[in-house]
Amino acid sequence: MNEVAAELAREEAYTGRPLKRVEDAALLTGRGRFIDDLPSSAGTLHAAILRSPHAHAELVSIDAAEALKMAGVAAVITRKDVTALTRPFTVGVRQPMQHWCLAVDRVRYVGEPVAVVLARDRYLAEDALDAISVEYRPLPPVIDPERAARADAPLLHPDVGANVVSDRSFAYGDPEAAFAEAPHVVGTTIRYPRNSVTPIECFGMIADWRPDDGTYEITTHFQGPFALHPVMALALKVPGTKVRIRTPPDSGGSYGVKQGVVPYAVLMAVAARVAGRPVKWIEDRLEHLSAASSATNRVTRIEAAVAEDGRVTALRYDQLEDCGAYLKAPEPATLYRMHGTLTGAYQIPNLTVRNRVVLTNKTPTGLNRGFGGPQVYYALERLMHRIADELGLDRLEVIRRNLVPKEAMPYRAAAGSLYDSGDYAATVDLAIGEGRLVGLLARREKARKEGRLYGIGFAAVVEPSVSNMGYITTVLTAEEREKAGPKDGAVASATVALDPLGGVSVAVASTPQGQGHRTVLSQVVADVFGLRPEDVSVTVELDTARDAWSIAAGNYSSRFAAAVAGTAHLAAMRLRDRLAPIAAQRLNVPAEEIVFSGGKVAARSNPENSLSFHRLAGASHWSPGTLGDGVDPALRETAFWSPPELAAPDRGDVINSSAAYGFIFDMCGVEVDRDTGKVSIDRYVTAHDAGRLLNPALADGQVRGAFANAVGAAFYEEFAYGEDGRCLNGTFADYLVPTACEVPEPEILHMACPSPFTPLGAKGIGEGNCMSTPVCLANAVADALGVSDIDLPLSPAQVMALIEPNEPPPPHAAAVEAREPGRALSGEGTATIAATPDEIWRAILDPASLARLLPGCERLEAIDENTYAADVTVRVGPVTGRYTARVRLSELQPPHSLRLDGDGGGTLGTGSGTAWIVLQPADGSTRIEYRWEAEAGGKVAAVGGRMLESAARLLIRQMLQRLEVGAAPAAKRPWWRKHLPLGKGR
Amino acid sequence: MPRLKAGQRHEVAFTLNGVAVRGEAEPRMLLTDFLRHVIGVTGTHVGCEHGVCGACTIRLDGVATRGCLLFAVQVAGRDVKTVEGLGGSDGRLSPLQEAFRRNHALQCGFCTAGILMSLDDFLEKNPSPTEPEVREVLSGHLCRCTGYTGIVRAALETAKGNADA
Amino acid sequence: MKPAPFDYIRAGSVDESLDALHELGDEARILAGGQSLAAMLNMRLVRPTALIDISGLRELDRAETRDDAIEVGAACTQAALSHRLSREGRHPLLEAALPHVGHYQTRSRGTVCGSIAHADPSAELPLCLMALGGEVLLRSRQKRRRVPAEAFFLGVISTACAPDEMIEAVRFPLPKPAYGYAFDEVSRRHGDFALAAFAAIAGPRTIRMAVGGVADRPVSREWPMLEGAALDDALNAFAWELRGQDDQHATAAYRRGLVRKVGRRVIEEAMRCRG
Ligand SMILES: Cc1cc2nc3c(=O)[nH]c(=O)nc-3n(C[C@@H](O)[C@H](O)[C@H](O)COP(=O)(O)OP(=O)(O)OC[C@H]3O[C@@H](n4cnc5c(N)ncnc54)[C@H](O)[C@@H]3O)c2cc1C
Ligand code: FES
Ligand code: FES
Repeated sequence: MNEVAAELAREEAYTGRPLKRVEDAALLTGRGRFIDDLPSSAGTLHAAILRSPHAHAELVSIDAAEALKMAGVAAVITRKDVTALTRPFTVGVRQPMQHWCLAVDRVRYVGEPVAVVLARDRYLAEDALDAISVEYRPLPPVIDPERAARADAPLLHPDVGANVVSDRSFAYGDPEAAFAEAPHVVGTTIRYPRNSVTPIECFGMIADWRPDDGTYEITTHFQGPFALHPVMALALKVPGTKVRIRTPPDSGGSYGVKQGVVPYAVLMAVAARVAGRPVKWIEDRLEHLSAASSATNRVTRIEAAVAEDGRVTALRYDQLEDCGAYLKAPEPATLYRMHGTLTGAYQIPNLTVRNRVVLTNKTPTGLNRGFGGPQVYYALERLMHRIADELGLDRLEVIRRNLVPKEAMPYRAAAGSLYDSGDYAATVDLAIGEGRLVGLLARREKARKEGRLYGIGFAAVVEPSVSNMGYITTVLTAEEREKAGPKDGAVASATVALDPLGGVSVAVASTPQGQGHRTVLSQVVADVFGLRPEDVSVTVELDTARDAWSIAAGNYSSRFAAAVAGTAHLAAMRLRDRLAPIAAQRLNVPAEEIVFSGGKVAARSNPENSLSFHRLAGASHWSPGTLGDGVDPALRETAFWSPPELAAPDRGDVINSSAAYGFIFDMCGVEVDRDTGKVSIDRYVTAHDAGRLLNPALADGQVRGAFANAVGAAFYEEFAYGEDGRCLNGTFADYLVPTACEVPEPEILHMACPSPFTPLGAKGIGEGNCMSTPVCLANAVADALGVSDIDLPLSPAQVMALIEPNEPPPPHAAAVEAREPGRALSGEGTATIAATPDEIWRAILDPASLARLLPGCERLEAIDENTYAADVTVRVGPVTGRYTARVRLSELQPPHSLRLDGDGGGTLGTGSGTAWIVLQPADGSTRIEYRWEAEAGGKVAAVGGRMLESAARLLIRQMLQRLEVGAAPAAKRPWWRKHLPLGKGR
Repeated sequence: MPRLKAGQRHEVAFTLNGVAVRGEAEPRMLLTDFLRHVIGVTGTHVGCEHGVCGACTIRLDGVATRGCLLFAVQVAGRDVKTVEGLGGSDGRLSPLQEAFRRNHALQCGFCTAGILMSLDDFLEKNPSPTEPEVREVLSGHLCRCTGYTGIVRAALETAKGNADA
Repeated sequence: MKPAPFDYIRAGSVDESLDALHELGDEARILAGGQSLAAMLNMRLVRPTALIDISGLRELDRAETRDDAIEVGAACTQAALSHRLSREGRHPLLEAALPHVGHYQTRSRGTVCGSIAHADPSAELPLCLMALGGEVLLRSRQKRRRVPAEAFFLGVISTACAPDEMIEAVRFPLPKPAYGYAFDEVSRRHGDFALAAFAAIAGPRTIRMAVGGVADRPVSREWPMLEGAALDDALNAFAWELRGQDDQHATAAYRRGLVRKVGRRVIEEAMRCRG
């Protein structure tokens, strides 16, 4: 922190100031250019994707003939197209599994693409989806990672022979000895749920195929890492130069998620090739929430060897990472991103880790803000609280005692991360001082005296930025790595150019999605040339055919400020170094004398001796001949920079997984409502050390954004699945993104220990709160409730179950149905029907009357003894679903009991159910006792989960009525018939 | 009684940001698609098409409402205002837009148009709102980037600015 | 997520709508504010062959006091009713409930009658109608009928409105002197459908409470004046009888807990508000 620091500290410098953004004018006036705003060529086809309603099934057949007959439909893409034109995606572990861009032999999660319709517009394309018939043979799904890891679990990829596709163990230092010697071992088990910082703009792309040179051109808001560009090229079976990716000027948020466009980019590229026309696909919210991407859910057992004073001498992690149905590149990166940093902010010399990756019938996972950090820190920071509690020590004191001391910087953490700089203790002091911990303690005391539930939480977190491209190879053994060749570094690139009128332009491969990269780059580069930010124009659209990029390009791992902005600075400096001799010649002074300031280039000793920057900058265009001997023209500089500290993992699996490491200390007070379990955040303080801040206003914006995302993860957001693998959160009514009423304003504090390893001393800041905040809030809630086990999301029901595990019993036990909680839909009941058991039996067994009994049955045809094919239109209120179903009667005990099975699929997804029916004579009538179980998959489950069970009950009521109408002589119809005109109302 | 047939396009004439415009739409075409892809004004965004995210919010006859829950044929003869109609004709930002810029109330800008339209309506009807009132109105929008702080500040500042003016 | 094709009929009058309903019956749907229907159309959960748009019908855009009730016409939006009530200050229960119905941007178009017609088990307005013992005014080409709330809600999004009928208006009885009214709900986020919602009416000798979001429709109960443990017992019995279900947002046990605790809170509030 040398010359650059001095320069940045200059009074007139723009870097470091909270300038307004250059991006905003267009975005505020509706002139943004997002993917769906871009013009598309005439003849562009619009795609709609047919998706699996099953979590796990064999794909027996696909018949698109009817769809192809529909007006406006140009093509239907199915597995035969993708097997002809692509190959399965490259997988990060050595296992025989195949992930194609479209389901080929099986579907493995609800929402997996099965076919693509290309039509004149999206409306017609969706019409045609309904006309494709697909036959599935359902397989048992496995949703829970612990269950999936068991030997008897259904297998997703039979060729692998297990669902655990990677199992590695690591040891650093001497953990066994440390555990053996420790007076205390404290542990906890965490089940971290699935969620996603789902952007408000869904995926979108326009794909085209140029037959003349065999190039695929795809415009999409892919956010990187561009290491996935070769993955796309390999899947498309073409050289990398034949896959041209372009990004639109604007992207409506990503937070990692838009890394997930990759399989779709390949799919739509194929679609465009098959159709011979450009193809546009805009994902809708239902598709996005059910099938786009997700962070991993993880089961972690963590233990610490602890000395009497609370010092941790060793950590033991056992992590079971659930990546969903396929290991989609770059997974299992979520598990390894934090690998070098597993000891967090603490000086813990000994570490042992077991990492397993398991596949389940859920959406494949991918990048997500915080990437691996939330999962690790939830375990580690819960553990730190528990250590204090179990040893009877002060929680803050335990954190403090273990922090990496300032003197140890740069500090090599046990598993290899090289913490570049930081004063953790001072940052903690800043937070508790300016954040007024004293006040929080007083509020807690007061609240508790009044019988209210108030808790305080802390979290200390090291926030890594600029990922080492080699960290992911830690999943391989040293031998496997040797064979594959080393992977390391994190190349950033930037180009600075001068135009004939002396204008300065900057281009970077940073693919921002709202972080204001253009603003920051204009500040940084303006300072180099002594210009104003408005004199520098910045382009952030990327074109892989023309721009400078490398596999590390993109907008992830908080690499912009630390790596990209620094690289732009390097490029600008190089260009300045080329301009200086030209100026020197014109001003007749030595090049060292030249200063760039205030739009002028002048001699340091005699500022009057100057020329305008623009004149100088244009010189190499207009008069290269006058530059003089040995002076090169100054037109354009492209700089590439990779942090030298980022080596490949060594033979002992030591890996410096990131280039820079920020520090965060969070503290909060929360209050829990005793009656409702709702948590309100009283105060949230977050103290950051992200090195040098290039634009503090934008840095705070990143903190606030990540904080809001984390509030969502802590309390609201979860991708929940039924046991049968149905997705329960297909809409924003069920996937709960917090609003302005749920997100309070955090108090943000800053420390600045600049990084010695990054060009500008900056570190990442945008992900940290996704790591620190969920656990800080959970710690506070645990403190409020006095509980030691607590998992996310802290929904009111979950919190209430902790406050009050036992509820008052029902007044008379009989009124209550016995059922397993959380199971598929189920219920039981009784009804009395004015017909004899024999009459009812005949009505059920006779196909003609059975057809009348089943609500909405339009056709019933015997296909076997007591087995029928049926077309059924199910109606619940205005909602109608057409199903093609199979109905089977079995376990027949005439006229006493039987079992009725039905399953089918249709426009609303799939449904299946079983009813066990017992008929008891009762005074000329019949008492029917029934028990039922049902499952629903696909759309109706994803959007109507809240009402599914009520809907199932309604259908059963409809059926009972029909049974009674069908079986009973008209005169005997019971009174309630008149009062419940079910199935007739609207 | 006019019955617009499915599968056919029908002319829809309406006022958009003070200017008479017309285009053709099938009955089922969403207003959002109509504005964006038929009329060609793309400032109104689409984030969910089921009424929750608020990105599509426009003003219909002055009232903030979801564009994705309206069909194009419903706006025939009516007055629609979108984000394109907020600033001055000379390209100057409105006080609300300026306040958004000053307060860093946007990052990716995808949610922004809808929020501006809600606040445009709300502040007109409630010139001096409290912070909870502003947050209540904003609860009809999802923003993933900003954590809402800047948006709340921008709304309150605009109200105050209007009051001082 | 685009709707399947449908014809669009902009009704010029109530009679026209009824003629269209008569002709099309089950095939058609009334389109009011569209705040529930349009989303269901976009998801293709509902596929009518025609929509009959009544949102522009002046004759239905009314909210007036008639025979001890506020009668709200089918084109009156939730926002319009809310404004009117806050101006007149005459209906504490509805005034308290309306701000919980969705958001500023959905109340502006969503109608009061549309919410009743949609009969979401968690919706606030059906709950109020139930608590107040209100009525739904149904009309077909042939006849008009009045259906009490108790008989109108038949289950999840299912009502007694026949295919050729529409709701012309709903009637919310006015508050009675010496009665207290209170409303509260618990939802996950602001503006979400309630996990459980409560409307309580405390009279001189009775307590009445309706609960939404737990059973498949709003359910009301009336007790003679109860207090202390007796009220707890009554609420516990009620909580169990509602036979709530687990869903992804809350367990049945949690909802029962809300009936016991928040239900009690709301009843006590209603008692306090008694004149
Ligand atoms: C983001 C969001 C949040 C919401 N949150 C809530 C909430 O918390 N609480 C809540 O109660 N609601 C909520 N809603 C729904 C509410 O806004 C709707 O207004 C209401 O459910 C339906 O009213 P509508 O006028 O929009 O009816 P529409 O959507 O037009 O119609 C709904 C149904 O009723 C039928 N219908 C409408 N009017 C009549 C009539 N006069 N006669 C016969 N049938 C008719 C229609 O055919 C349709 O089946 C929410 C909606 C959104 C988009
Ligand atoms: S797109 Fe209309 S509310 Fe989300
Ligand atoms: S600014 Fe990106 S979603 Fe709001």
